[in-house]
Amino acid sequence: MSGEAMIDQWYPVGLISQLLAKGRQTLLMGETIYVSCNAVGKAIVTTSDGRDLPVTERYGHVWSSLGLPAAPLFDIPEAEQPGRRLVDVGVVRVRCSPLRAVENFLDIAHFPFVHTDILGAEPHTEVENYKVEIREDADEVWATQVKFYQPQAARSASGGITTEYMYRVPAPTCSILYKTCPPRPSEWDVITLFVQPLTEELCDVWPWMALFDDETPMTDLIHFQQMIFLQDRSILENQIPRRLPLDPGMEIPTRADLTSVAYRRWLKRHAFTYGAQLVAQ
Amino acid sequence: MILYDYILSPGCYKARLMAALTGLELTLRAVDFHPGAEHRGPELLALNPAGSIPILVDGDLVLTESAAILVYISGKAAPAWLGNGQPATNARIQQWLSFSARLTASLGGARLHEMLHRPGDIVALRAAGVTALRELEAALFEQRLKNEAFLVTDRPTIADIACFPYVALAPDGGVSLDAYPSIRLWMRAVRSLEGFIEMPGIHRLHELKPDPHGLPSSSEAVEE
Repeated sequence: MSGEAMIDQWYPVGLISQLLAKGRQTLLMGETIYVSCNAVGKAIVTTSDGRDLPVTERYGHVWSSLGLPAAPLFDIPEAEQPGRRLVDVGVVRVRCSPLRAVENFLDIAHFPFVHTDILGAEPHTEVENYKVEIREDADEVWATQVKFYQPQAARSASGGITTEYMYRVPAPTCSILYKTCPPRPSEWDVITLFVQPLTEELCDVWPWMALFDDETPMTDLIHFQQMIFLQDRSILENQIPRRLPLDPGMEIPTRADLTSVAYRRWLKRHAFTYGAQLVAQ
Repeated sequence: MILYDYILSPGCYKARLMAALTGLELTLRAVDFHPGAEHRGPELLALNPAGSIPILVDGDLVLTESAAILVYISGKAAPAWLGNGQPATNARIQQWLSFSARLTASLGGARLHEMLHRPGDIVALRAAGVTALRELEAALFEQRLKNEAFLVTDRPTIADIACFPYVALAPDGGVSLDAYPSIRLWMRAVRSLEGFIEMPGIHRLHELKPDPHGLPSSSEAVEE
Protein backbone atom coordinates (compact mmCIF):
# COMPACT_ATOMS: atom_id res chain seq x y z
CA MET A 1 0.00 0.00 0.00
CA SER A 2 1.25 3.46 -0.81
CA GLY A 3 0.92 6.38 1.57
CA GLU A 4 2.22 4.84 4.80
CA ALA A 5 2.54 8.32 6.31
CA MET A 6 -1.23 8.67 6.17
CA ILE A 7 -1.78 5.59 8.38
CA ASP A 8 -1.26 7.65 11.53
CA GLN A 9 -3.91 10.27 10.66
CA TRP A 10 -7.46 10.51 12.02
CA TYR A 11 -10.33 9.71 9.63
CA PRO A 12 -14.11 10.01 9.96
CA VAL A 13 -15.79 6.58 10.03
CA GLY A 14 -19.40 7.36 10.98
CA LEU A 15 -21.91 9.72 12.55
CA ILE A 16 -22.11 9.75 16.35
CA SER A 17 -25.88 10.14 16.03
CA GLN A 18 -26.16 6.89 14.06
CA LEU A 19 -24.00 4.60 16.20
CA LEU A 20 -25.52 1.15 16.65
CA ALA A 21 -24.68 -1.51 19.24
CA LYS A 22 -24.77 -4.19 16.53
CA GLY A 23 -22.18 -2.22 14.60
CA ARG A 24 -21.60 -1.28 11.01
CA GLN A 25 -18.94 -2.65 8.71
CA THR A 26 -16.93 -0.25 6.61
CA LEU A 27 -13.48 0.18 5.09
CA LEU A 28 -10.55 2.34 6.12
CA MET A 29 -7.64 2.49 3.70
CA GLY A 30 -8.52 -0.92 2.31
CA GLU A 31 -8.92 -2.61 5.71
CA THR A 32 -12.32 -3.83 6.95
CA ILE A 33 -13.33 -2.16 10.21
CA TYR A 34 -16.39 -2.31 12.47
CA VAL A 35 -17.88 0.81 14.04
CA SER A 36 -20.21 0.17 16.97
CA CYS A 37 -20.94 1.48 20.47
CA ASN A 38 -20.92 0.05 23.98
CA ALA A 39 -23.73 0.02 26.56
CA VAL A 40 -23.29 3.72 27.40
CA GLY A 41 -23.17 4.74 23.74
CA LYS A 42 -19.42 5.26 23.46
CA ALA A 43 -17.97 4.50 20.03
CA ILE A 44 -15.82 1.43 19.48
CA VAL A 45 -13.84 0.75 16.32
CA THR A 46 -12.23 -2.63 15.69
CA THR A 47 -10.49 -4.43 12.86
CA SER A 48 -11.66 -7.78 11.51
CA ASP A 49 -9.02 -9.56 13.63
CA GLY A 50 -10.42 -7.95 16.77
CA ARG A 51 -7.83 -5.19 17.24
CA ASP A 52 -9.19 -2.06 18.97
CA LEU A 53 -8.42 1.11 17.05
CA PRO A 54 -8.03 4.61 18.53
CA VAL A 55 -11.33 6.51 18.75
CA THR A 56 -12.26 10.18 19.01
CA GLU A 57 -15.81 11.55 18.98
CA ARG A 58 -15.92 15.12 17.70
CA TYR A 59 -17.72 17.40 15.23
CA GLY A 60 -20.66 15.00 14.96
CA HIS A 61 -18.47 12.15 13.79
CA VAL A 62 -16.56 9.13 15.05
CA TRP A 63 -12.88 9.33 14.11
CA SER A 64 -10.41 6.50 13.99
CA SER A 65 -7.00 5.50 12.66
CA LEU A 66 -5.25 2.30 11.60
CA GLY A 67 -2.00 3.63 13.07
CA LEU A 68 -1.00 5.68 16.08
CA PRO A 69 -1.99 9.34 15.72
CA ALA A 70 0.78 11.52 17.10
CA ALA A 71 -1.62 14.33 17.99
CA PRO A 72 -5.28 14.71 18.89
CA LEU A 73 -7.76 15.55 16.13
CA PHE A 74 -7.37 19.12 14.81
CA ASP A 75 -9.26 21.93 16.53
CA ILE A 76 -12.03 23.97 14.95
CA PRO A 77 -12.42 26.67 17.65
CA GLU A 78 -15.27 28.41 15.77
CA ALA A 79 -17.35 25.23 15.87
CA GLU A 80 -17.36 25.44 19.69
CA GLN A 81 -18.94 28.93 19.73
CA PRO A 82 -22.36 28.89 21.41
CA GLY A 83 -25.38 29.58 19.22
CA ARG A 84 -24.25 27.62 16.18
CA ARG A 85 -26.46 24.97 14.57
CA LEU A 86 -24.47 21.79 14.07
CA VAL A 87 -25.55 19.98 10.92
CA ASP A 88 -24.84 16.28 10.23
CA VAL A 89 -25.20 16.24 6.45
CA GLY A 90 -24.79 12.46 6.14
CA VAL A 91 -22.55 10.27 4.03
CA VAL A 92 -22.17 10.19 0.26
CA ARG A 93 -20.00 7.56 -1.45
CA VAL A 94 -17.90 8.72 -4.39
CA ARG A 95 -15.85 6.60 -6.76
CA CYS A 96 -12.84 8.92 -6.67
CA SER A 97 -9.56 9.40 -4.83
CA PRO A 98 -10.07 10.84 -1.32
CA LEU A 99 -7.51 13.50 -2.19
CA ARG A 100 -9.45 14.49 -5.32
CA ALA A 101 -12.58 14.99 -3.19
CA VAL A 102 -10.67 17.46 -0.99
CA GLU A 103 -9.05 19.20 -3.92
CA ASN A 104 -12.42 19.79 -5.59
CA PHE A 105 -13.71 21.31 -2.34
CA LEU A 106 -10.82 23.80 -2.45
CA ASP A 107 -11.60 24.96 -5.98
CA ILE A 108 -13.62 28.11 -6.61
CA ALA A 109 -13.36 28.39 -10.38
CA HIS A 110 -15.89 25.61 -11.04
CA PHE A 111 -18.74 27.30 -9.14
CA PRO A 112 -20.46 29.05 -12.09
CA PHE A 113 -20.33 25.90 -14.23
CA VAL A 114 -21.21 23.14 -11.75
CA HIS A 115 -23.22 25.03 -9.11
CA THR A 116 -24.91 27.34 -11.61
CA ASP A 117 -27.10 30.08 -10.12
CA ILE A 118 -26.26 28.94 -6.59
CA LEU A 119 -22.56 29.29 -5.80
CA GLY A 120 -21.76 31.07 -9.06
CA ALA A 121 -23.18 32.29 -12.33
CA GLU A 122 -21.93 33.30 -15.73
CA PRO A 123 -20.60 35.85 -16.60
CA HIS A 124 -19.18 36.30 -13.06
CA THR A 125 -16.51 33.65 -13.59
CA GLU A 126 -13.35 35.50 -12.63
CA VAL A 127 -11.46 34.33 -9.54
CA GLU A 128 -9.79 37.41 -8.06
CA ASN A 129 -6.33 37.17 -6.56
CA TYR A 130 -6.20 35.57 -3.14
CA LYS A 131 -3.53 34.55 -0.66
CA VAL A 132 -2.28 30.99 -0.15
CA GLU A 133 0.26 29.76 2.36
CA ILE A 134 1.44 26.64 4.11
CA ARG A 135 1.42 27.80 7.75
CA GLU A 136 4.58 26.28 9.17
CA ASP A 137 3.61 26.64 12.87
CA ALA A 138 0.31 24.78 12.48
CA ASP A 139 1.45 22.72 9.49
CA GLU A 140 -1.75 23.49 7.59
CA VAL A 141 -2.66 24.81 4.15
CA TRP A 142 -4.58 28.12 4.26
CA ALA A 143 -6.17 30.19 1.52
CA THR A 144 -7.47 33.61 2.59
CA GLN A 145 -9.03 36.70 1.04
CA VAL A 146 -10.94 34.58 -1.44
CA LYS A 147 -13.86 36.53 -2.89
CA PHE A 148 -16.53 35.35 -5.27
CA TYR A 149 -19.89 36.60 -6.52
CA GLN A 150 -22.63 34.14 -5.56
CA PRO A 151 -26.33 34.21 -6.53
CA GLN A 152 -27.35 32.12 -3.48
CA ALA A 153 -24.34 31.67 -1.21
CA ALA A 154 -26.19 29.86 1.57
CA ARG A 155 -29.64 28.60 2.42
CA SER A 156 -30.01 31.80 4.49
CA ALA A 157 -28.96 34.16 1.66
CA SER A 158 -31.65 35.94 -0.30
CA GLY A 159 -30.19 37.27 -3.53
CA GLY A 160 -26.67 37.61 -4.85
CA ILE A 161 -23.76 38.68 -2.65
CA THR A 162 -20.00 38.76 -2.93
CA THR A 163 -18.98 36.05 -0.53
CA GLU A 164 -15.67 35.90 1.25
CA TYR A 165 -14.03 32.56 1.91
CA MET A 166 -11.11 31.10 3.82
CA TYR A 167 -10.02 27.53 3.23
CA ARG A 168 -8.02 25.43 5.62
CA VAL A 169 -6.56 21.93 5.23
CA PRO A 170 -5.56 20.58 8.66
CA ALA A 171 -5.34 16.88 7.65
CA PRO A 172 -4.79 15.14 4.32
CA THR A 173 -8.46 14.22 3.78
CA CYS A 174 -10.19 17.02 5.68
CA SER A 175 -10.89 20.59 4.73
CA ILE A 176 -12.65 23.41 6.53
CA LEU A 177 -14.25 26.30 4.72
CA TYR A 178 -14.97 29.58 6.50
CA LYS A 179 -17.52 31.61 4.66
CA THR A 180 -19.38 34.93 5.00
CA CYS A 181 -22.35 34.35 7.28
CA PRO A 182 -25.34 36.22 5.80
CA PRO A 183 -27.35 36.62 9.07
CA ARG A 184 -24.27 37.53 11.12
CA PRO A 185 -21.67 39.45 9.07
CA SER A 186 -19.08 39.59 11.87
CA GLU A 187 -18.81 35.78 12.06
CA TRP A 188 -17.82 32.99 9.68
CA ASP A 189 -19.99 30.01 8.83
CA VAL A 190 -18.04 26.76 9.15
CA ILE A 191 -18.53 24.15 6.43
CA THR A 192 -16.35 21.07 6.49
CA LEU A 193 -15.59 18.18 4.22
CA PHE A 194 -14.44 15.11 6.15
CA VAL A 195 -13.36 12.31 3.82
CA GLN A 196 -13.03 8.65 4.81
CA PRO A 197 -10.57 6.92 2.45
CA LEU A 198 -12.09 3.50 1.69
CA THR A 199 -9.50 2.69 -0.95
CA GLU A 200 -7.21 4.86 -3.05
CA GLU A 201 -10.00 5.34 -5.59
CA LEU A 202 -13.13 5.17 -3.43
CA CYS A 203 -14.23 7.35 -0.54
CA ASP A 204 -17.09 8.15 1.77
CA VAL A 205 -17.60 11.89 2.16
CA TRP A 206 -19.10 13.24 5.40
CA PRO A 207 -19.87 16.95 5.06
CA TRP A 208 -20.59 18.74 8.35
CA MET A 209 -21.52 22.32 9.18
CA ALA A 210 -21.59 24.71 12.16
CA LEU A 211 -23.74 27.67 11.13
CA PHE A 212 -25.32 30.76 12.58
CA ASP A 213 -28.83 30.36 11.18
CA ASP A 214 -31.80 30.21 13.51
CA GLU A 215 -34.41 30.47 10.77
CA THR A 216 -33.88 27.69 8.27
CA PRO A 217 -35.30 24.25 9.15
CA MET A 218 -32.59 21.64 9.73
CA THR A 219 -33.75 19.52 6.78
CA ASP A 220 -33.38 22.49 4.42
CA LEU A 221 -29.83 23.07 5.65
CA ILE A 222 -29.01 19.39 5.02
CA HIS A 223 -30.60 19.43 1.57
CA PHE A 224 -28.78 22.59 0.52
CA GLN A 225 -25.41 21.02 1.29
CA GLN A 226 -26.34 17.65 -0.24
CA MET A 227 -27.49 19.41 -3.39
CA ILE A 228 -24.15 21.20 -3.69
CA PHE A 229 -22.10 18.08 -3.04
CA LEU A 230 -24.11 15.87 -5.38
CA GLN A 231 -23.56 18.37 -8.18
CA ASP A 232 -19.82 17.71 -7.66
CA ARG A 233 -20.12 13.94 -7.43
CA SER A 234 -20.63 13.17 -11.12
CA ILE A 235 -17.71 15.47 -11.99
CA LEU A 236 -15.43 13.80 -9.43
CA GLU A 237 -16.26 10.33 -10.73
CA ASN A 238 -15.16 11.35 -14.22
CA GLN A 239 -11.81 12.93 -13.41
CA ILE A 240 -8.79 11.40 -15.14
CA PRO A 241 -6.35 10.20 -13.93
CA ARG A 242 -8.37 8.78 -11.06
CA ARG A 243 -5.61 9.44 -8.54
CA LEU A 244 -4.50 12.97 -7.72
CA PRO A 245 -1.37 13.71 -9.76
CA LEU A 246 1.49 15.00 -7.63
CA ASP A 247 3.92 15.05 -10.54
CA PRO A 248 4.14 18.67 -11.70
CA GLY A 249 4.47 17.51 -15.30
CA MET A 250 0.89 16.30 -15.44
CA GLU A 251 -1.11 19.51 -15.47
CA ILE A 252 -0.71 23.21 -16.07
CA PRO A 253 -2.25 25.14 -13.16
CA THR A 254 -3.51 28.70 -13.45
CA ARG A 255 -3.52 31.41 -10.78
CA ALA A 256 -7.00 30.33 -9.68
CA ASP A 257 -5.53 26.92 -8.76
CA LEU A 258 -3.07 28.28 -6.15
CA THR A 259 -4.82 26.46 -3.28
CA SER A 260 -4.68 23.19 -5.13
CA VAL A 261 -1.00 23.72 -5.90
CA ALA A 262 -0.25 24.36 -2.22
CA TYR A 263 -2.35 21.33 -1.17
CA ARG A 264 -0.48 19.04 -3.54
CA ARG A 265 2.87 20.46 -2.45
CA TRP A 266 1.93 19.91 1.22
CA LEU A 267 0.78 16.33 0.51
CA LYS A 268 4.04 15.60 -1.26
CA ARG A 269 6.14 17.11 1.52
CA HIS A 270 4.52 14.79 4.08
CA ALA A 271 4.38 11.77 1.77
CA PHE A 272 0.58 11.84 2.13
CA THR A 273 0.19 9.82 -1.03
CA TYR A 274 -2.70 7.42 -0.41
CA GLY A 275 -4.88 8.19 -3.45
CA ALA A 276 -2.13 10.07 -5.28
CA GLN A 277 -0.31 9.40 -8.52
CA LEU A 278 3.37 10.10 -8.03
CA VAL A 279 4.71 9.69 -11.54
CA ALA A 280 2.82 10.78 -14.64
CA GLN A 281 1.65 7.77 -16.67
CA MET B 1 -50.45 21.57 -3.68
CA ILE B 2 -47.77 20.23 -1.32
CA LEU B 3 -44.95 17.98 -2.48
CA TYR B 4 -43.09 16.01 0.20
CA ASP B 5 -39.74 16.41 -1.42
CA TYR B 6 -36.12 15.32 -1.27
CA ILE B 7 -33.63 17.18 -3.44
CA LEU B 8 -31.71 13.99 -4.39
CA SER B 9 -34.76 11.83 -5.13
CA PRO B 10 -35.35 11.22 -8.85
CA GLY B 11 -39.00 10.41 -8.07
CA CYS B 12 -39.50 13.79 -6.39
CA TYR B 13 -37.63 15.43 -9.26
CA LYS B 14 -40.21 13.97 -11.70
CA ALA B 15 -42.91 15.93 -9.87
CA ARG B 16 -40.82 19.12 -9.65
CA LEU B 17 -39.85 18.87 -13.33
CA MET B 18 -43.44 18.21 -14.45
CA ALA B 19 -44.66 21.21 -12.44
CA ALA B 20 -41.90 23.44 -13.86
CA LEU B 21 -42.63 22.35 -17.45
CA THR B 22 -46.36 23.00 -17.05
CA GLY B 23 -46.03 26.20 -15.03
CA LEU B 24 -47.72 24.79 -11.93
CA GLU B 25 -46.65 26.09 -8.53
CA LEU B 26 -45.81 23.46 -5.89
CA THR B 27 -45.25 24.05 -2.19
CA LEU B 28 -42.19 21.99 -1.28
CA ARG B 29 -41.98 20.33 2.12
CA ALA B 30 -38.42 19.02 2.58
CA VAL B 31 -38.17 15.47 3.94
CA ASP B 32 -34.99 14.40 5.75
CA PHE B 33 -34.67 11.17 3.76
CA HIS B 34 -30.91 10.87 4.33
CA PRO B 35 -29.48 10.72 6.94
CA GLY B 36 -32.68 11.19 9.01
CA ALA B 37 -34.95 8.49 7.39
CA GLU B 38 -37.92 10.79 8.05
CA HIS B 39 -39.96 8.97 5.37
CA ARG B 40 -40.09 6.00 7.73
CA GLY B 41 -41.21 8.14 10.70
CA PRO B 42 -44.78 8.22 12.06
CA GLU B 43 -45.91 11.44 10.34
CA LEU B 44 -45.01 10.31 6.83
CA LEU B 45 -46.01 6.68 7.32
CA ALA B 46 -49.47 7.97 8.26
CA LEU B 47 -49.61 9.69 4.86
CA ASN B 48 -47.96 6.88 2.93
CA PRO B 49 -47.78 3.45 4.57
CA ALA B 50 -45.38 2.34 1.82
CA GLY B 51 -42.77 4.63 3.40
CA SER B 52 -41.69 6.19 0.12
CA ILE B 53 -41.52 9.69 -1.34
CA PRO B 54 -42.68 11.65 -3.32
CA ILE B 55 -46.07 12.30 -1.73
CA LEU B 56 -48.36 14.91 -3.28
CA VAL B 57 -51.15 16.37 -1.17
CA ASP B 58 -53.86 18.58 -2.66
CA GLY B 59 -56.70 19.11 -0.20
CA ASP B 60 -58.10 15.66 0.55
CA LEU B 61 -56.22 14.02 -2.30
CA VAL B 62 -53.05 12.15 -1.34
CA LEU B 63 -50.93 10.62 -4.12
CA THR B 64 -47.93 8.42 -3.40
CA GLU B 65 -47.02 6.98 -6.81
CA SER B 66 -44.95 9.21 -9.07
CA ALA B 67 -46.86 8.14 -12.22
CA ALA B 68 -50.14 9.17 -10.59
CA ILE B 69 -48.56 12.47 -9.54
CA LEU B 70 -47.51 13.15 -13.15
CA VAL B 71 -51.05 12.41 -14.37
CA TYR B 72 -52.52 14.77 -11.78
CA ILE B 73 -50.12 17.69 -12.32
CA SER B 74 -50.36 17.58 -16.11
CA GLY B 75 -54.13 17.02 -16.02
CA LYS B 76 -54.52 20.17 -13.93
CA ALA B 77 -52.02 22.41 -15.71
CA ALA B 78 -51.39 21.14 -19.25
CA PRO B 79 -53.42 18.14 -20.50
CA ALA B 80 -51.43 17.97 -23.76
CA TRP B 81 -48.81 16.08 -21.73
CA LEU B 82 -51.33 13.23 -21.33
CA GLY B 83 -51.28 12.44 -25.05
CA ASN B 84 -53.77 13.01 -27.85
CA GLY B 85 -56.55 10.77 -26.54
CA GLN B 86 -56.01 8.03 -29.16
CA PRO B 87 -56.32 4.56 -27.60
CA ALA B 88 -52.90 3.47 -28.89
CA THR B 89 -51.23 6.64 -27.62
CA ASN B 90 -52.85 6.37 -24.20
CA ALA B 91 -51.86 2.73 -23.96
CA ARG B 92 -48.27 3.37 -25.00
CA ILE B 93 -48.01 6.09 -22.35
CA GLN B 94 -49.26 3.60 -19.74
CA GLN B 95 -46.74 1.07 -21.04
CA TRP B 96 -43.87 3.49 -20.35
CA LEU B 97 -45.24 4.56 -16.98
CA SER B 98 -45.13 0.91 -15.90
CA PHE B 99 -41.74 0.45 -17.53
CA SER B 100 -40.40 3.37 -15.46
CA ALA B 101 -40.85 1.25 -12.32
CA ARG B 102 -38.20 -1.11 -13.72
CA LEU B 103 -35.82 1.82 -14.12
CA THR B 104 -36.47 2.83 -10.51
CA ALA B 105 -35.82 -0.69 -9.23
CA SER B 106 -32.68 -1.32 -11.30
CA LEU B 107 -30.86 1.96 -12.05
CA GLY B 108 -32.34 3.64 -8.98
CA GLY B 109 -31.32 0.71 -6.80
CA ALA B 110 -27.77 0.79 -8.19
CA ARG B 111 -27.60 4.54 -7.52
CA LEU B 112 -28.74 4.21 -3.90
CA HIS B 113 -26.28 1.38 -3.39
CA GLU B 114 -23.34 3.29 -4.82
CA MET B 115 -24.18 6.67 -3.33
CA LEU B 116 -26.04 6.25 -0.05
CA HIS B 117 -24.97 2.78 1.16
CA ARG B 118 -28.32 1.05 0.43
CA PRO B 119 -27.78 -2.74 0.56
CA GLY B 120 -28.31 -4.68 -2.66
CA ASP B 121 -26.76 -6.94 -5.29
CA ILE B 122 -24.99 -4.29 -7.35
CA VAL B 123 -24.10 -6.64 -10.22
CA ALA B 124 -27.72 -7.78 -10.61
CA LEU B 125 -29.06 -4.21 -10.29
CA ARG B 126 -26.72 -2.95 -13.01
CA ALA B 127 -27.52 -5.89 -15.29
CA ALA B 128 -31.26 -5.24 -14.97
CA GLY B 129 -30.59 -1.55 -15.62
CA VAL B 130 -28.67 -2.31 -18.80
CA THR B 131 -31.49 -4.58 -20.04
CA ALA B 132 -33.98 -1.75 -19.52
CA LEU B 133 -31.68 0.80 -21.20
CA ARG B 134 -31.28 -1.43 -24.26
CA GLU B 135 -35.04 -1.69 -24.55
CA LEU B 136 -35.39 2.08 -24.27
CA GLU B 137 -32.60 2.68 -26.79
CA ALA B 138 -34.33 0.43 -29.35
CA ALA B 139 -37.67 2.16 -28.84
CA LEU B 140 -36.17 5.64 -29.16
CA PHE B 141 -34.30 4.62 -32.30
CA GLU B 142 -37.61 3.52 -33.85
CA GLN B 143 -39.14 6.85 -32.82
CA ARG B 144 -36.34 8.77 -34.55
CA LEU B 145 -36.94 6.82 -37.77
CA LYS B 146 -40.48 8.22 -37.57
CA ASN B 147 -39.05 11.71 -36.99
CA GLU B 148 -40.40 11.72 -33.46
CA ALA B 149 -37.99 12.94 -30.79
CA PHE B 150 -39.94 11.67 -27.78
CA LEU B 151 -41.02 8.30 -26.43
CA VAL B 152 -44.62 8.19 -27.66
CA THR B 153 -45.25 11.03 -30.09
CA ASP B 154 -43.50 13.99 -31.68
CA ARG B 155 -44.09 16.01 -28.52
CA PRO B 156 -43.18 15.15 -24.92
CA THR B 157 -45.68 13.37 -22.69
CA ILE B 158 -45.67 12.23 -19.09
CA ALA B 159 -44.03 9.02 -20.35
CA ASP B 160 -40.83 10.99 -21.07
CA ILE B 161 -40.85 12.63 -17.63
CA ALA B 162 -41.46 9.27 -15.93
CA CYS B 163 -38.43 7.68 -17.60
CA PHE B 164 -35.99 10.59 -17.89
CA PRO B 165 -34.61 11.04 -14.33
CA TYR B 166 -33.46 7.49 -13.53
CA VAL B 167 -31.97 7.14 -17.02
CA ALA B 168 -30.10 10.45 -16.81
CA LEU B 169 -28.75 9.50 -13.38
CA ALA B 170 -27.63 5.98 -14.43
CA PRO B 171 -23.93 6.98 -14.19
CA ASP B 172 -24.48 7.72 -10.46
CA GLY B 173 -24.95 3.97 -10.06
CA GLY B 174 -21.96 3.14 -12.24
CA VAL B 175 -23.95 2.45 -15.43
CA SER B 176 -22.54 4.34 -18.41
CA LEU B 177 -24.77 5.87 -21.07
CA ASP B 178 -22.00 6.00 -23.66
CA ALA B 179 -23.41 3.05 -25.60
CA TYR B 180 -26.85 4.60 -26.20
CA PRO B 181 -26.86 7.40 -28.81
CA SER B 182 -30.65 7.54 -29.15
CA ILE B 183 -31.05 7.86 -25.39
CA ARG B 184 -28.51 10.68 -25.32
CA LEU B 185 -30.31 12.58 -28.12
CA TRP B 186 -33.62 12.07 -26.30
CA MET B 187 -32.14 13.37 -23.04
CA ARG B 188 -30.91 16.40 -24.92
CA ALA B 189 -34.41 16.98 -26.28
CA VAL B 190 -35.86 16.77 -22.75
CA ARG B 191 -33.21 19.13 -21.37
CA SER B 192 -33.99 21.60 -24.18
CA LEU B 193 -37.64 21.93 -23.18
CA GLU B 194 -38.89 25.37 -22.18
CA GLY B 195 -39.00 25.57 -18.39
CA PHE B 196 -36.64 22.59 -17.82
CA ILE B 197 -35.09 22.49 -14.35
CA GLU B 198 -32.07 20.50 -13.19
CA MET B 199 -31.30 18.37 -10.17
CA PRO B 200 -27.91 17.38 -8.73
CA GLY B 201 -26.34 15.01 -11.28
CA ILE B 202 -28.47 16.32 -14.17
CA HIS B 203 -26.95 19.47 -15.59
CA ARG B 204 -28.54 22.06 -17.80
CA LEU B 205 -27.42 22.55 -21.40
CA HIS B 206 -24.51 24.97 -20.94
CA GLU B 207 -23.11 23.89 -24.28
CA LEU B 208 -26.05 25.28 -26.21
CA LYS B 209 -25.32 28.86 -25.17
CA PRO B 210 -24.21 31.17 -28.00
CA ASP B 211 -20.52 31.05 -28.81
CA PRO B 212 -18.94 33.89 -26.79
CA HIS B 213 -16.49 34.63 -29.59
CA GLY B 214 -19.27 35.29 -32.06
CA LEU B 215 -18.65 33.10 -35.06
CA PRO B 216 -19.84 34.73 -38.29
CA SER B 217 -23.49 33.94 -38.82
CA SER B 218 -24.50 31.77 -41.78
CA SER B 219 -26.21 34.73 -43.50
CA GLU B 220 -22.90 36.65 -43.56
CA ALA B 221 -21.22 33.64 -45.10
CA VAL B 222 -23.82 33.49 -47.83
CA GLU B 223 -23.40 37.19 -48.75
CA GLU B 224 -19.83 36.51 -49.77
